[in-house]
Amino acid sequence: MTRQVLVIEDEPNIAEAISFILSRDGWSVSTHASGTTAVQAVRDAKPDVLILDVMLPGKSGYDILQDLRSADDTRALPVLMLTARGQKTDRELAERLGVNRFMTKPFSNSEMLTNLRELVGG
Amino acid sequence: MLTFNTLVGVCLLYVIMLFVVAFVADKRARRSKVRFLTSPMIYTLSLSVYCTAWTFYGAVGNAARSGLEYVTIYLGPTLVMIGWWWFLRKLVRVGRSQRVTSIADLVSSRYGKSNLLGVLVTLIAVIGTTPYIALQLQSVTLSFAVFARDRSAGWIIPDLEQTAIWVAGGLALFTILFGTRNLDVNERHHGVVTAIAVEAVVKLVALLAVGIFVVWGIGGGPQGIAAAMEQAIQAAPEGAWTLQGGRWVGLTFLSAAAFLTLPRMFQVLVVENVDERQLATASWAFPLYLFLMSLFVIPIAVVGLAILPKGENPDLFVLTLPLYFEQDGLAMLSFLGGFSSATSMVIVASIALATMVSNHIIMPIWLSTRLGAGASEYRDARQILLSARRLSIVGILALGYFYYRISGGGSALAAIGLISFAGVAQVLPAMAGGLFWRGASRSGAVAGLITGFAIWAYTLFLPSFGEAGVMSASVLAHGPWGIEALRPQALFGVNGLDPVVHALFWSLVLNCVVFVLISLLSFPSPLERLQAAQFVNVLDHSGPARGRSFNAATSEDLLVMAQQVMGSDQAQAWFQAQAEQQGKQGYLPDTTPDFIGRLERELSGLVGTATAHAMIAQILGGAAVSVDDLLAVADETQQMLEQTSQLEAKQLELTTTARQLSEVNEKLTQLSIQKDAFLSQISHELRTPMTSIRAFSEILRDGGASDPAAAARHASIIHDESVRLTRLLDDLLDLSVLENGQVQLYPRHEVLHEVLDRAIAATSSVIDQEKMHIHRNRSDEGVALYTDTDRLAQVFINLISNAAKYCDAKGKRLAIRVRQRGGRLQVDFVDNGSGVPFESQSMIFEKFSRLSDQAAAGGAGLGLAICREIMDKLDGSITYLPGQSGGAFRVTLPVGSHSPFGRTWPSDINHL
Amino acid sequence: MRSPREPLFLARQSYRRRRIEDAARLLPLLGVVLFLLPLMVGGVIGSVRVAFVFSSWFFLILSAMTLARYLGRDTGQRPIGSQSKPIAPSDDPTGPL
Repeated sequence: MTRQVLVIEDEPNIAEAISFILSRDGWSVSTHASGTTAVQAVRDAKPDVLILDVMLPGKSGYDILQDLRSADDTRALPVLMLTARGQKTDRELAERLGVNRFMTKPFSNSEMLTNLRELVGG
Repeated sequence: MLTFNTLVGVCLLYVIMLFVVAFVADKRARRSKVRFLTSPMIYTLSLSVYCTAWTFYGAVGNAARSGLEYVTIYLGPTLVMIGWWWFLRKLVRVGRSQRVTSIADLVSSRYGKSNLLGVLVTLIAVIGTTPYIALQLQSVTLSFAVFARDRSAGWIIPDLEQTAIWVAGGLALFTILFGTRNLDVNERHHGVVTAIAVEAVVKLVALLAVGIFVVWGIGGGPQGIAAAMEQAIQAAPEGAWTLQGGRWVGLTFLSAAAFLTLPRMFQVLVVENVDERQLATASWAFPLYLFLMSLFVIPIAVVGLAILPKGENPDLFVLTLPLYFEQDGLAMLSFLGGFSSATSMVIVASIALATMVSNHIIMPIWLSTRLGAGASEYRDARQILLSARRLSIVGILALGYFYYRISGGGSALAAIGLISFAGVAQVLPAMAGGLFWRGASRSGAVAGLITGFAIWAYTLFLPSFGEAGVMSASVLAHGPWGIEALRPQALFGVNGLDPVVHALFWSLVLNCVVFVLISLLSFPSPLERLQAAQFVNVLDHSGPARGRSFNAATSEDLLVMAQQVMGSDQAQAWFQAQAEQQGKQGYLPDTTPDFIGRLERELSGLVGTATAHAMIAQILGGAAVSVDDLLAVADETQQMLEQTSQLEAKQLELTTTARQLSEVNEKLTQLSIQKDAFLSQISHELRTPMTSIRAFSEILRDGGASDPAAAARHASIIHDESVRLTRLLDDLLDLSVLENGQVQLYPRHEVLHEVLDRAIAATSSVIDQEKMHIHRNRSDEGVALYTDTDRLAQVFINLISNAAKYCDAKGKRLAIRVRQRGGRLQVDFVDNGSGVPFESQSMIFEKFSRLSDQAAAGGAGLGLAICREIMDKLDGSITYLPGQSGGAFRVTLPVGSHSPFGRTWPSDINHL
Repeated sequence: MRSPREPLFLARQSYRRRRIEDAARLLPLLGVVLFLLPLMVGGVIGSVRVAFVFSSWFFLILSAMTLARYLGRDTGQRPIGSQSKPIAPSDDPTGPL
């Protein structure tokens, strides 16, 4: 059974790159570009792991993460966060909100794959 | 043998020596070599003008008649001198700080520059001193006569009156030569003072020499003198050697009072004082001088009484004793001592009196004849003043001479010494009250002086002429009109007092009572109160006066004062303006009445009318004005004003600084926050394209997509993102240059439609892509511009491409409308989309403010920020225009002369 | 009437200086008393009383000289506007009289 991954990313090129990398590695990838409807998209897609951008139109990645962590059905969902603002405070905020992995753009493709594999338990 | 010619010759030689001494001292003083001249010893010796011929010769006579009583004349000054810390110190300080020229001037100055008081004191001084001068002339002629009598075989008996006239004339000459050589600003006479000091030494040496000769030469030492004294006491009439308490105390007090108030004493004590430290030395040295002067008086008297034949005038024992023993040299010395005593007194007294008469009587009269004359009329005032002095000296000596002639000499004249003392002592209440009591007023001083003077004249002076004089015997015995209570020598029924003590008591007591009473009842003028404070508090407020010259009032003095009051710059500007009005250059206008009036009004606004008037009146008032003290008052006021305004200014400054600091602090905090936000933004904007580039380049590196079309797409994404990255960097640099104001503008002439054409051409690809239709009205676009049209085109390009990207209408349309309003050109870009939401309108011109999905825009969010900076630089503006059919931006530009580049327009046109 | 601005206690030298000023003020009063004494005894004046008057006179002169040595030295150093008494110079060897 292929693993489901949902990518919430507003930059189309980045979303395309992630999709390509993960698909080639055998993941089932779906993408979503809006922050406003992201939580609903997670509920609908029921992914095994979530890749979440921070800077999203409408709603920030932190808000989305907070919503996910406060809802029973999504509380345990492994989340890998991506941000272009690689500051220390951003990472700390994300960790306080319960993120599983945190990566700064630009990232290394293989590193992202490693992180995702660890998140879904091999 | 001592011939008359020898005597006259020695006298002349002595006088010539005095001339030389005075001349040299004057010369040294003018070359400012005054160290020796200002030594405390010279000062102390000059005080010896107190010891006149009356005391030189008369003390022995007094001792012969009344025993120890003669010392009272020396004890009074001794007490005053050793008590200098109480009174003299203050008197000298006031005299110097107020530039007092005489005792009349002191009293007048203290009571608000009252000339009435000046005249009163001058009159008292003249009336009191003239008989005294006559007394000196008498003693000199008498001493000549002694030689003449004893040597009558040898030489012709000289004409006494002729001697007196020669002496008086010689003294007048000496006094005029050295007393009025020039108008010394401080009324100091170094030459005269030095000559007086030399004479003091001669006096002392002469008396000591005679005394030593008498005690050890003929008296048989102290034991012999003691025996002679007992003998004299036995021989003396009943009560002569008994101390009379009233006279003892009264005469001591009288001599102390006279020591302070005699014009000649005031002259040497206060006016000729150069340094206050002189006083400290004199406080013991002068009493020592008096002590030595009186030490041998009793021995000479008792030995004279014992040895000389009966009927010999004891007043001349000092001369007759050496002559009796044929000690010609000693007699000569003794004669010179008496001569010195007489001349020094006459010289100093006539200088002091001349100063008073000319300053308080002659000059005011002369000035009153010049009332209404222009300022130039006063130019010869100095010469007039000198002439007045010389005239006064001659007049005073002539007065003394005639008094001597009329009184006929003799014992009546001899008694005048104490009478004269009592007369001038009437000034004491006004003087002491003025120095220690702020409430002492002019009216009180005038009334007290008149009262005291009148009682003195009535009870002592007039009766002194004897029954043949002004007062008849019946008036003396029974009082005027038989009123016993008004008997001149037993006023209010007070009998049995010594006439001098009686007169002294009543005159001074009533003088004081009237003075105090009227002072308590009257209200002094502002100037008087100012002076009162200056006098009474002189020790608190003034430094010890050291010599500083005072110049006659000039506009410079006025300027100096005005600077204190108005402040330097303002005063100088005002004076300069006034001088210019008078057609003069510089800062010093002529002191015309008109100018004075204006200055007074100017100052009135600052210090009040009364004070301004007083200040100017005092500066213009004359020689005795103390500008320094006025300045001190002005200074205090000014300092207070300045301090207050300085404090206010400082407070304001502090408040402003605090506000500025807090503003700067806020700005810095804001900037710091903005900087952090900006860096964070930059980071994000740079990392986003880098992420795509890295991700796809890694994909390619690891083999890439198997599908060639996909691989090509990946490569093109890398390319696009690189371009985006480059553009972002370009924009950032552009913005940075614009924001720092380092941008170089290249203005040129171009018509608006050409600029728009270029902008549309540059954006044609995106317009075509978005299928946007642009609506223009070319007839409006023929506006000539002179500006950096490349930069303007950049703004237009930005707006057009924004419209193309963000317009969300189906059929995109952009209308470009051009209008001119009040010298400004408006170019509106209105599309048919939904526009910018109201809440975002305020921030669209900020950096990195992107409203919608940025992928659609493909920009970094710096475009509008750059547009705003550009329009700022072009002196125009760019705003969002709400309330239109869609998104609308308005670009405003100055045209024609309003253009920042407009000034160069005409010349450029010529070149076209 | 000393100014309230003056310090309550003074340094030793200033204190000494004040007492010398006091002495200078009292000296003429002492003189008055001394010169009044001959009046207390009635009768004819003899050589004893003459000697007494001259001796007290000389004593007053010596006292004034002693005081003037300290007072005259800096009568003048008072700063303008200051109400405080002048301060004795530091090398003032003034001791108790």
